[in-house]
Amino acid sequence: MDDRQAPPHRAVITVEGVGQLLAELATRGHRVLGPTARDGAIVYDDIGAVSDMPQGWTDRQDAGRYKLERRDDDALFGYAVGPQSWKKFLHPPMETIWRSRRTESGLAIDAPIAVSEKFAFIGVRACELHAIAIQDRVFLEGPYVDKAYGVRRQDAFIVATNCAVAGGTCFCVSMGTGPKAQSGFDLALTEIIEDDRHVFLVEVGSDAGADVLAHIEHQPAARMDVIAADTIIAHTAANMGREMETTGLKELLQGNLTHEQWEKVADRCLSCGNCTMVCPTCFCTTVEDHSDLAGLNAERVKEWDSCFTQDFSYIHGGSVRKSTSSRYRQWMTHKLASWIDQFGTSGCVGCGRCVTWCPVGIDITAEAAAIRAAPQKSSVVADARA
Amino acid sequence: MTQAPRPRLAVWKFASCDGCQLSLLDCEDELLALAGAIEIANFPEASRTFIEGPYDLSLVEGSITTAHDAERIKMVREQSKFLITIGACATAGGIQALRNFADVDDFVAAVYASPQYISTLKTSTPISAHVPVDFELHGCPINKQQLLEVISAFLAQRKPQIAAHSVCIECKRRGTTCVMVQGKPCLGPVTHAGCGAICPAFGRGCYGCFGPMETPNAASLMREWQLLGASQRDMHRALRTFNVAAEPFLTESKTHGD
Repeated sequence: MDDRQAPPHRAVITVEGVGQLLAELATRGHRVLGPTARDGAIVYDDIGAVSDMPQGWTDRQDAGRYKLERRDDDALFGYAVGPQSWKKFLHPPMETIWRSRRTESGLAIDAPIAVSEKFAFIGVRACELHAIAIQDRVFLEGPYVDKAYGVRRQDAFIVATNCAVAGGTCFCVSMGTGPKAQSGFDLALTEIIEDDRHVFLVEVGSDAGADVLAHIEHQPAARMDVIAADTIIAHTAANMGREMETTGLKELLQGNLTHEQWEKVADRCLSCGNCTMVCPTCFCTTVEDHSDLAGLNAERVKEWDSCFTQDFSYIHGGSVRKSTSSRYRQWMTHKLASWIDQFGTSGCVGCGRCVTWCPVGIDITAEAAAIRAAPQKSSVVADARA
Repeated sequence: MTQAPRPRLAVWKFASCDGCQLSLLDCEDELLALAGAIEIANFPEASRTFIEGPYDLSLVEGSITTAHDAERIKMVREQSKFLITIGACATAGGIQALRNFADVDDFVAAVYASPQYISTLKTSTPISAHVPVDFELHGCPINKQQLLEVISAFLAQRKPQIAAHSVCIECKRRGTTCVMVQGKPCLGPVTHAGCGAICPAFGRGCYGCFGPMETPNAASLMREWQLLGASQRDMHRALRTFNVAAEPFLTESKTHGD
């Protein structure tokens, strides 16, 4: 078959082409952010060139364990997701909502205008695209819109990467969120490394993506390139580190609110909040008011919060969720069950970060499986049906 | 226009290293604003000025280790409308509370050439064990930004924004990669926030300087430390530092031999 018959919205670029892509996005005024190796992990930060990327590195992940290792090739994206997600840019850990200062004529309020940094994200995984879509729903599609998030989000240029490696804690296949990027990107890359060549199949997801691609050196995609990419993605899908049975999961969890497993996990859980911080969909914040010594200036700041703190559920009279079991249950049932009631999808995208970055390795897939293996005899749902 | 009288501040020292009250002097950029907002009435480390009580706000550093101090803290409380303890010594007994679990006479004999002149209690106890305390600011030493926050909150008569959750949340907010998941034992998950997660940002495990967080699960954390290769002695010693007498650390330390 003639290679030129490959669909026109696909192309092939080289490693140099990736460098050109970074430069082109910077030229267009984007702040180019992507993976880089730092402090023993792959994190997302400013990158200016391919040399800033974790070329030739991979990661070994398990519950509560993460380690970088060398690969035997020069892959640019040969690892799974790291400790951070794009949340840190779109929904930053700390944000000033407004400031006020006392003046001779009264009080002057200064609400900072949301400024877009025109992010360009390089190497966004399929699970992360889903996570961004979930946060879009939370921040932009409900009755209360987070305008600052919207401004940051609307200008973000997204270069997705189809995963060539499944991490030890990945379970996107279970959650239906990966490993192939289906939508929500401007360009999507699949890294193809063969004996004699190192290229990227590029899929165009938007007009902006097509325009950027037109400005970097590329070749038409051959049918064999498409097949090679599909084979890589299929291999990743077949090698997930974890799996989670989602059939009836919402009803299962909501019907097992007094299951003994909540106490068992509380014996291990540190209520440190790490799982919520690394989760790419967890969106909770707390609001703090500060004033200065002279009483002239005050400010209101928003910071990432966690449902694992006592303050999170503090109302008049004390914290509603005093026990760790109640807090773990709140987090997990919200993520996997009541999130569906609230937003129409699961809050879990199967990225595995909460599993890897729990200091004591609590595994959400194992917790769900434990409840499924032996559901409580008298459940709320069963009672309601009786 | 006559200026409203400023609230009077007193700073008191008990058994301690002075590091926490030094944090107040370390507020270089804010010192003038502080002196403008509050009358520094009794702060021997900073000024020879001494204005008699009562005081609107007392900052108390140090633990109670002598019979004399056990009486003196009552006098401080009587003179103070609002009493805030600052630092691990004042809030938990400090490193000197190691004496609580040994024979204090052995320490005295080891340290002093003429032990007969030393009159000390067998224990080092936090201020809250002796008098009611209105607010405790943790840390060894305390964080000066947190101290300014507490004083600012006092002046504005609002609640201080001092979180009692884990150091992990501070680590994650500043973008630090977890050192524990990479194999280094860290006390961060059971330690009270406040320092800004300094040690993990430099690739070290947390030493627990700010004492136990609100709901510490030290037993679970120590089980994981063991998996990471920590010995019984490592765990015992890690839990027995500046906040040794804080109950959650003490209880867990007793299950690991030195």
